[in-house]
Amino acid sequence: MSEQNNDEREITLTVNGKTYRETVETRIHLADFLRLQLKLTGTHLGCEHGVCGACTILVDGEAVRSCLMLAVQANGSDVTTIEGLADGEELTPIQKAFSEHHALQCGFCTSGMIMSLTAYIAENPGADEEAIREAISGNICRCTGYQSIVAAGVAVAAK
Amino acid sequence: MGMRYFGTSVQRQEDKKFLMGQGRYVDDIEFVGMLHGAFLRAEIAHAKINGIDASAAREIPGVHAVYTLDDLGDPYPDKPMTTAYASPLLKQTICQHLLAKDEVCFVGQTVALVVAESRHIAEDALSRIVVDYEPLPAVADCRDALDDDAPPTHLGLESNLVGNFYGKFGDIDAAFAEAAHTFKVDFHEHRGGCHAMECRNIITNYDPGKDETTVYLTTQSPFLIRRLMARYFEEDESKIRVICPDVGGGFGPKNGPYAEEFVLAIVSKQLQRPVKWIEDRREHFVATNTQGDQMWHMEIACEDDGKILGARGRVIHDMGAFVPYGLLLPATSVFPLPGPYALPALDVTLDAVFTNKTCTSPVRGAGRPNAAYAMERLIETVARGLKLDPADVRRRNFVRKDQFPYTTGGTLPSGDPAVYDSGDFHSLLDMALYKAGYPGFKKRQAAARQEGRYLGMGISSCIEDTGFGPYEGVKVKVQPSGKVLLQTGAASQGQGHQTVYSQIVAEELGVNIESIVYQSADTGTVPHGVATAGSRVTANAGPASQAAARLVRKKALKLAAEVLEIDEDDLDIEDGVVRAIPESGRNVNISLGDLSFKLTPLMNGKVPEGYEPELEATSFTSSTGVPHASGSSVAEVEVDVETGEVKLVNYVIAHDCGNMINPMLVDGQIVGGVVHGIGNALFERMVYDENAQPMSMNYGEFLLPIATEMPPIQVLHQETPSPHNELGVKGAGEGGTIPAANAIIAAIENALEPFGVVVNDHPVDPQRICELLDAAQDSASAA
Repeated sequence: MSEQNNDEREITLTVNGKTYRETVETRIHLADFLRLQLKLTGTHLGCEHGVCGACTILVDGEAVRSCLMLAVQANGSDVTTIEGLADGEELTPIQKAFSEHHALQCGFCTSGMIMSLTAYIAENPGADEEAIREAISGNICRCTGYQSIVAAGVAVAAK
Repeated sequence: MGMRYFGTSVQRQEDKKFLMGQGRYVDDIEFVGMLHGAFLRAEIAHAKINGIDASAAREIPGVHAVYTLDDLGDPYPDKPMTTAYASPLLKQTICQHLLAKDEVCFVGQTVALVVAESRHIAEDALSRIVVDYEPLPAVADCRDALDDDAPPTHLGLESNLVGNFYGKFGDIDAAFAEAAHTFKVDFHEHRGGCHAMECRNIITNYDPGKDETTVYLTTQSPFLIRRLMARYFEEDESKIRVICPDVGGGFGPKNGPYAEEFVLAIVSKQLQRPVKWIEDRREHFVATNTQGDQMWHMEIACEDDGKILGARGRVIHDMGAFVPYGLLLPATSVFPLPGPYALPALDVTLDAVFTNKTCTSPVRGAGRPNAAYAMERLIETVARGLKLDPADVRRRNFVRKDQFPYTTGGTLPSGDPAVYDSGDFHSLLDMALYKAGYPGFKKRQAAARQEGRYLGMGISSCIEDTGFGPYEGVKVKVQPSGKVLLQTGAASQGQGHQTVYSQIVAEELGVNIESIVYQSADTGTVPHGVATAGSRVTANAGPASQAAARLVRKKALKLAAEVLEIDEDDLDIEDGVVRAIPESGRNVNISLGDLSFKLTPLMNGKVPEGYEPELEATSFTSSTGVPHASGSSVAEVEVDVETGEVKLVNYVIAHDCGNMINPMLVDGQIVGGVVHGIGNALFERMVYDENAQPMSMNYGEFLLPIATEMPPIQVLHQETPSPHNELGVKGAGEGGTIPAANAIIAAIENALEPFGVVVNDHPVDPQRICELLDAAQDSASAA
């Protein structure tokens, strides 16, 4: 009930290199906080029950489903979203590989896919196809059939 | 000649924004003063509503309004929606009221709307609305809907029959009388829902000054929705503007219409505020159309060598609770039935029935995957019955290359005869079989069986009628800057329209692809369009893009020739500049931008004599007939006979969509489509209990294909141009999905041949495979 749920807290966190001090409702999950409060709409909500992976972001370098974490839990964290990857107009190798391999169609799962692979390949350079498939097994794509996403991941991991 | 774009794998023009998180979907759009809606939905599949008490919900701070049907005001309590596709075959065209009137007929039906400051508050308020339901018996299974003791799915109905659809040609009685063999087979088909990663989303924004409503919508058919809304509201179409921003997947169910966009249009006007509704995933399972069930009872007549003489049978088709989409699914399940085969006679009757479940409308392929599965089941049944190689049975029955154009004997829903334009089904099958290693497979299979491993290979062949008309409008306009504006009515949900139509225009006009500015799917600004559905856009917007660019080119060359005082034949256009060709001996040029500037003078200027202003053209050129794509798939599986697990080892598809504009994008469509079909074969099952209560409402219970479960998918191409358009193109969006289910199911049956297991129904899960294995062993030991 809203009258019981409008409990608010102040949080401080870094998002894409910028520090924010914000007052947030305790019930708001991190994805809604990023989208509604910080207007970072590149993080998408596909299921809001932690299965589709579209809302995946990095929290202190780890891939996290931002629909399963409350904004208040991110207090003091260093968060990276899809908007924080490119250096100006210069895309990261994974972003470029997605385009080269036609690893996106509608673009809705793409942010989460790229964030999952960014975290995974940083930890596992040289990962093979099976490992890349495993790495994105928590991200659902309805358009591509995954093959092109896996190819993009393998190409970057091999570099 | 300028750059070659047609036929090359140009990287997508639309990618960068998505890669940087700059796509703009409906939920990313905000307006000052925007309110947020949440729908209360029926929790019981069939019930009478004795009353709704929304008073407590209205008390919650931040709630602006709560609407039941009566609260929407006149005329809505007595104005149900209408079907998007009326048909004389519809015996009962029952469509829902925008919000439930006095009865709910499926779980998920819209009952009330809360409008509040935020979505969170609106959802809080939903729980305060009290609905007094009086439960009624429900029909959960379409197989029971026409039973004598079946309850009415709607109060007062005498029968749950929606209507019949027929597929009949040839002399079926003679076919069965003369046949050396006849076989019967029954099978149940279930196809999952939409499950685009973006759910259905809406913003309605009423402008009182203009008396105009703008609808931001995740639809595949902005012009269809505008027309349906205009008709329902008895408004002029200019008063409703439908805009599709970036849309996160469509796959059919986003064609609409849905009650939600109508309700939001009314509410935005009443409150004079923009109103947003974002479907959540749990709602999506029940609120967005799905494709449901079909029960087939079929019989086939053939000769000793497997040559088919005729097929007949009956289909029960689950329509869900209402008919927003007419008989489109039944029609597409029956008319494509002969598939790639020269079938002398067909007699199939489909009973479309109401159930108390979510409404149905096409999901990738519409009824075509069902029809393909049915025909392929018959082929498998013949091959099994006569102990023939299933590949040979297909070869013996395929329409031959020399038979095109081939008239099947059947009719399209339009009433026109079904005519296959071009193809080579034999070579497609051979390509796929060779790539899949079919010739040496039996040996490999036998060796694996020695080790207790059960490998199987299954084949599936199909045709697909693509590119149905009437048109998609395309406008090409060179601007004074030299940039070329390309507008299409066709909405994209990820297919890559911008890239494909830019390729065609860039090549035809002679400009660099980067100079094209693309706009689409906004009924306020772009030429009229129809729908992104049925693999139809490329065979419509493709020819229109080519024709519009050609008209602009012609105008540019004529004007340039006059300006440069040179013969038109001595000019060519390259990189946006009209130049004299070397053979002319002249060295003169003028840019398209400068020509556009001459055609768009301002004050004191003058339009060149004999010209209309603007360097632009609009075309509605489309295909002159139905381009038929075709394909053959071969799947290899390994089945664990202890656990019933099916491992997809390999999948090959040889596909023919005519000339390919962008092979990389075609591969993307085919592979994505195959995976959708794999989901239908093995994973996606919307489960309802006997009271039609949905039981699979999240992605833990309803399984979508994921990366680790997918096999390597190899796509082979054959390009048989369609004679119906100059580009020679056919649709490619659904050709991966249509044949997939039988390839997988037949592969499982082939793997389990030593046990005599026949699967027939899909989807099939490990539990069912174990049951079938147990049953086979029981009957073997009984014998």
